[in-house]
Amino acid sequence: MFRTSSNALRASLRPVTVGRVAGRRAVTLDASKAHVQDAVPEDAEQKFKISLQPEAFEFYELNPEDVGLELEVSKSQLKKMYYDMVAIRRMELAADKLYKEKKIRGFCHLSTGQEAVAVGIEHAITPEDNVITAYRCHGFAYMRGGTVKSIIGELLGKRHGIAHGKGGSMHMFAKGFFGGNGIVGAQVPVGAGIGFAMGYMGKPNTTFALYGDGASNQGQVFEAFNMAKLWKVPVIFGCENNKYGMGTAAHRSSALTEYYKRGQYIPGLKVNGMDALAVLKASQFAKEYTVSGKGPLVMEFVTYRYGGHSMSDPGTTYRPREEILHMRSSQDPISGLRQRIVDWGVLTEEELKAVDKEARAKVDAEVKEAEADVPPENTAKMLFEDIYVPGSNPEYIRGRTVEETYYFDQ
Amino acid sequence: MATVRAVFRNGLRHARILKQQPTASYSSVASADRKFNKPIDYATSTYLAHSPATALANKELSEEVRKTSTTKKMNLFQAINDGLSTVLDRDEKACVFGEDVSFGGVFRCTMGLQERFGGERVFNTPLTEQGLVGFAIGLAAQGHTALAEIQFADYMFPAFDQLHNEASKMRYRSGGAEKFTSGRLLVRMPAGGVGHGALYHSQSPEGFFLGCQGLKVVIPRGPIQAKGLLLSAVESPDPVVFMEPKILYRAAVEHVPTDYYTLPIGKAEILKPGKDITLISYGTLTYACEMAAKHAKEQLGLDVEVIDLRTVHPWDRETVFASVNKTGRCVVVHEASRSGGIGESVAGDVQENCFLRLEAPVARVTGWDVPNALQFEDFMIPDVCRKFPIHQPFQWIANTINRYL
Repeated sequence: MFRTSSNALRASLRPVTVGRVAGRRAVTLDASKAHVQDAVPEDAEQKFKISLQPEAFEFYELNPEDVGLELEVSKSQLKKMYYDMVAIRRMELAADKLYKEKKIRGFCHLSTGQEAVAVGIEHAITPEDNVITAYRCHGFAYMRGGTVKSIIGELLGKRHGIAHGKGGSMHMFAKGFFGGNGIVGAQVPVGAGIGFAMGYMGKPNTTFALYGDGASNQGQVFEAFNMAKLWKVPVIFGCENNKYGMGTAAHRSSALTEYYKRGQYIPGLKVNGMDALAVLKASQFAKEYTVSGKGPLVMEFVTYRYGGHSMSDPGTTYRPREEILHMRSSQDPISGLRQRIVDWGVLTEEELKAVDKEARAKVDAEVKEAEADVPPENTAKMLFEDIYVPGSNPEYIRGRTVEETYYFDQ
Repeated sequence: MATVRAVFRNGLRHARILKQQPTASYSSVASADRKFNKPIDYATSTYLAHSPATALANKELSEEVRKTSTTKKMNLFQAINDGLSTVLDRDEKACVFGEDVSFGGVFRCTMGLQERFGGERVFNTPLTEQGLVGFAIGLAAQGHTALAEIQFADYMFPAFDQLHNEASKMRYRSGGAEKFTSGRLLVRMPAGGVGHGALYHSQSPEGFFLGCQGLKVVIPRGPIQAKGLLLSAVESPDPVVFMEPKILYRAAVEHVPTDYYTLPIGKAEILKPGKDITLISYGTLTYACEMAAKHAKEQLGLDVEVIDLRTVHPWDRETVFASVNKTGRCVVVHEASRSGGIGESVAGDVQENCFLRLEAPVARVTGWDVPNALQFEDFMIPDVCRKFPIHQPFQWIANTINRYL
């Protein structure tokens, strides 16, 4: 009966060729199309106005004029944004290298290609705002104040890693940054809770709850949407759509791939996630919108990961190599911003090279420090720490045998 | 016995190690000075069939299979693949689905299945564990064979509601009505440590199912078991959760009969008969038990009986009780944490049922009651000697036997 009566279902389950994947969904990723409205001022700190191209955004239940295309930046901010992206990429490359040298073990997810999202968001918010994301978290951890040493140290399982070497790639925390979460989609309702507290306390702050296109199909994402809208929670549900949930192209896992429309009753904003300035502008708007009591917002950052899903995935079996090469050569977020910085005369090529060099040197030095760090001490205290808050812990925790029982007061 | 006594007394003294200053650093490779904690040598383990003759000598196979089947050397993921394609071949209502399965899955278990059986029978699901397990239950309730995969056992918790509240209770709550069962439902998931999986890729959550009456949990230790138990599980009128020890996917290699065959669900396997002590385990740690039994024989002259539970819930009481009634001593070994693990269930039932024959308390050698940390992962898993900086042999068997003497 299954075989004869449901041709439609069978058709929908039939595999789609890779060629069709590439052709079906052209992502609007035109980086570096913004232009300067007035002349760029001499003073590095003085703000000047720039305009984004209209293609930077798409809107769902939002008035485009309310969002606008203009934003103010300064020369020093542009330089910092550029530096941050270069540093994140350098750090990811270092992780890649250490992994291949077998110094980093386990699961390791790199964000090469997606730097503009972490950098654009961070430059739009303050340390009092909150961010929570999924397992591809190195860039966010860095932008939220984690040092390269602590991030790479975590990957290496070192004591001074950001989570004492016990979490690894997916599990990083910093002030205003609630991880790094290894369970797909689990961070989204947690983000709604963090956001609710912001609103409850009357703080002028928001929360970015980020997830991928793959995670967007988890039931708890929709549960979080409902609660957030119901209670007007200041939270931004940010879908980083890098087009592939592991090896599955977005349209093969999602009935609606316009992720910014998936909040249904929540307005949505689709953003060119390969353009740090578009992300910056959109995130500024999103913060203002959510903090003003209008409730949540769904954002879709259309981006692209250059590497595989994780280190064990070459990333070339489910997408054509040409697609990766094309994205790298024409949509790269770092090259895009660099081009504008040069075109606008913010920095010269020479000055940019110096920034590259500085970022490389700083990251490399910290990676070295991380490598030289010690592993956690070989004691029971170390093993049992951080399971309970000191004082609230039970008298003891059992080991594998009676003799291994650990008493907290010893 | 005097020597044995001395060894163990010495062992107990060393057990206060937690208060001592340690010297060794954690490592994922057993250091050379650890005499007994050698890496498991799967190529020489007698718990794997290294020749066609050994594979076909298995008395649990039907006479026909033993006489006529050929064998093929496979690792565990290839055996799973073989099992799944056998089901798809025999049963046109069988479907394989899960996250990324159409590309072969992260552990390669479903390689080539979509090419062979088509996208309408082997397909990817979105990343929706709760949804996909619910979907599988519905499909099975319609008389289909649902072969669902959860990418890592650590991800099953969103689906736990479906497994515990829907799958396991469907028969009961429909009063046993014939149509409302979720038999022919197999939910596969890779479980256990892999050396570096950290918090969400190395857990062993089988203990959580102890409270789920109505479904069965099976954990194979090698390719022959994987195929035979998988084929049984598919035929089972009850839903089966099938946890595959992910470290064995490539490590465990043996000759597997190419014909269709099944191995019994709910039945433990006595891997090595013995008279002095019963060592109970399943999955990966059966190999550590093999080594421990060997050393115990060589060093202490102890004859250890090793039992592989295979089905960990509901586990085979009959075989276990008979063994413990014979030996009077029982140690349960698993890598899941001590609290809430299968060991608690075994220890409780053994002491109730074998009390008069027990010479010592039932001991459990398990993972620690801490989350699976990246840096400590290797350390979390029990092995022949504990991985604390102590060079005392048989620490974990020793602790138990020490109480007998």
